[in-house]
Amino acid sequence: MEVFLSQLFIGLSVASMLLLVALGLTFTFGQMNVINMAHGEFVMAGAYTTYVLQTSVFGTGAVTLAFGLSLPLAFLVGGVLGLILEFTLIRRLHGRPLDTLLVTWGVSLMLQQLARDIFGAPNVQVKAPSFLEGGITVAGVSMPYTRLFIIGLVVVALLAIWFYLSKLPAGRRMRAVVQNRDLAAASGVRTPHVDRLTFFIGSGLAGVAGVAVTLLGSIGPTLGTNYIIDAFLVVIVGGLGQLRGAIVAAIALGLANAYLEYWTDASLAKAAVFALIVVFLQFRPQGLVVTRRRGLA
Amino acid sequence: MATMAKLFPAGSGRGAFLVRFTLAAAALLLVAPALLNDFRLNLLARYLCLAIIAVGIGLAWGQGGMLVLGQGLFFGLGGYAMGMHMKLEEAAALPSGPQLPDFMTWSGVESLPWLWVPFRSAAFAIAACVLVPMIVAAVLGTLIFRQRVRGAYFAILSQAMAAAFVIVLIGQQGLTGGTNGLTNFRSFFGLQLSNPDDKRLLYLFVAVVFLAVFLIARQLVRSRYGKVLVACRDAEDRVRFLGYDPTRVKVLAYAGAAGMAGLAGALYVPVVGIMSPALLGIVPSIEMVIWVALGGRTVLAWAAAGAIIVGWARTDLSERFPSGWLYAQGALFIIVIAFAPKGLAGVSEELQRRVRSLLSRRRSETPAPERVKVAA
Repeated sequence: MEVFLSQLFIGLSVASMLLLVALGLTFTFGQMNVINMAHGEFVMAGAYTTYVLQTSVFGTGAVTLAFGLSLPLAFLVGGVLGLILEFTLIRRLHGRPLDTLLVTWGVSLMLQQLARDIFGAPNVQVKAPSFLEGGITVAGVSMPYTRLFIIGLVVVALLAIWFYLSKLPAGRRMRAVVQNRDLAAASGVRTPHVDRLTFFIGSGLAGVAGVAVTLLGSIGPTLGTNYIIDAFLVVIVGGLGQLRGAIVAAIALGLANAYLEYWTDASLAKAAVFALIVVFLQFRPQGLVVTRRRGLA
Repeated sequence: MATMAKLFPAGSGRGAFLVRFTLAAAALLLVAPALLNDFRLNLLARYLCLAIIAVGIGLAWGQGGMLVLGQGLFFGLGGYAMGMHMKLEEAAALPSGPQLPDFMTWSGVESLPWLWVPFRSAAFAIAACVLVPMIVAAVLGTLIFRQRVRGAYFAILSQAMAAAFVIVLIGQQGLTGGTNGLTNFRSFFGLQLSNPDDKRLLYLFVAVVFLAVFLIARQLVRSRYGKVLVACRDAEDRVRFLGYDPTRVKVLAYAGAAGMAGLAGALYVPVVGIMSPALLGIVPSIEMVIWVALGGRTVLAWAAAGAIIVGWARTDLSERFPSGWLYAQGALFIIVIAFAPKGLAGVSEELQRRVRSLLSRRRSETPAPERVKVAA
C-alpha cells in the first residue's frame, strides 16, 4: 500500500512536469499544426532566467525574491523567444508541418549551442527558495515541498488557461481558430494575430516550466531534449489542442511510468510506456479527445 | 519477361543514367582508392555507410512522405547484430576463460545471455542485420499506418522509438555494453581490422554494397510500386479510393528503409570499430534526415550525396571550429528546409535549366518547363 501511494505521488509529480511542458505544445500544435522542437529550448531559457536572476541580479541573499520574480520573467522570456520564432520562420512555413519540425530543430540546436557559449557546457545548480526546503509525510509517503509546488503551479496554470479560453474574448477567438481556421477567418477573426498570441502564450508556458525544472535538479544546455519527446507524446495521446485530453494523457503517462519503473526498471519502463502508446493508438488513433470534423484529413 | 519490363521500365534518360552510374562507380571503386590515403579512405567508407541510410530515408521520406526521425533504431539493430557476432567470434578465439565478450566479464555476467546465443552463427547474424530491422519496422509500421496515423504524429512516434531503444540499450548494461556500447573489434570475417590492406578491402566491399543498395532503391522508385508510393505521399486518400491499400505500400517502403539502415549499421561496425547508444539517439537520428534534405529529398542519388557531403563537412569543420559546427548545422536545417526544400538537387536542376535556356535562347523561344512543387 505504501509503495502504491508513494509511486502514485511520484507519478503525479512526473505528470505535472510533463503537463507543464506539454501545455504550450498542445496549443501551438493544435491550433497552428506546428511541431515546435525548440519548445524544449524555451524551457531551458526559462530555467536559465531563474539562474541569472539568482546569481547575477539579486545575488544569493534574496533567493526567494529572485525565484518569485523569475516566474513572470521566464514567461516573458519564453514568450518573446516564441514570438521571434513565429515571426521570422514559422509564419513562412504555413501548411508544411513536417518542415516546421525540422526547421525548429535547427533553431533548437543553435539555441543549445548559444546557451553553451554563454553559460558553459557543465550543468549549473539553482538554489530553491527556503520556503520550499523539506517536505511533509502523509500516510508514510514523503512529499517534498518542491514537488508539491510544481503540482500547484500546474493547477494554477490550468485554471488560468481555462479562464482565458472560456471567459475572455481573445480566448474565444483562439478556440474559433482551433475549430475551423477558415471559418474563423471568414467571420472576421484576424487569424495571424491569434496565431502570434497563441505562440506567445504557449512559449511563455514553456518558460514557466523552465522555472519548475530548476527545482528538480541542476540545469544544462540540453535539458530541453529530455522533455520534448515525452511532451509530444502527451499531445499525441491527448488529442490535438485539447486541454482535457492533455491533462488525462499527462497523468496516465506519468503514472504508467512510475508504476512500470517500480515493477521493472527505469529503462524497460520507458520502452513499455512507448509500447502502450502504440497499442493505445490502435483504439484511439486521434487521441483521447477527438474534435469531429467532416473532412478526411 | 513482363515482370522484368515492369521492374525495369524503359524510361527516358536511361542511357544518361548508365553513364552517370558508371562514372560514380568508377570514382568510388577505382579513383578513390588510388587517390586517398588509408585514413581518408576509411572515412569515405564511413560516409558510404551513412549514405546507405540516406538512400533509405530518401525512399521513405522523399518518395513515401513518411518523415522517419528514428532511423537510429534500425541502424542500431543492424549494428548491434553484427557487433554481437564479431564479439562472439573473438571471444571464441580466446585461449581460456568463460569465452565471453570482454564487457560482460566487467559487468559480472557469467554465462552467455540467451539473446546472444544465436549470434554465434555468422549466417544468422548477417540475416539478422537486415531482417530484424525490417520485421520491427513492418510490425510497428503496420500498427501505426493501419490506423491512419501519419504526418507529424508518425514523425514523433518514430523519434520516440529511437529514444526508447537508446534508453533500453543504456539500461541493460550486461547485455549491451551500456553507454560504451560494443568496441574493441579486431576482425571481420577473417579481415584483420588493424591491417591497412584489409581495411582497403573492406572499403571496396562497402562501396559495392552501397552501389547495389542504390540500384535496388532506384529500381523500386521507378517501378509501378514507386508510382503508387509517390501517390500515397501526395494524396493518400485518393490512392485508397482507387482500391490500393496505402498501409501496405507505406509499410513496404518503411521496412525497406529500415533494412537499409540495418545494413548500414552492420557495415559501420567493422569500418568505424564502435557501435554505441550515442550514435543512435534522437539527435543522431534527426541528423540523418538533414543529409537527405540537403542533398534533395526526392532524388535518391542526391540524398546519398548529401550524406557524404555533410559527413565530410562535419569531420572537417568540427575539428577546426567545434562550436561553430553546431551553429552551422542548425543553420543548415533552417536554410535548407525553409528556403531550399529541394536541396542541392533543386539547385543543380535550376543551374542546368539556366544553362539550357541560355543555349537555346538564340534558337527559339521555348517555354520554361513546368516546375514540380515538393510536397511537404
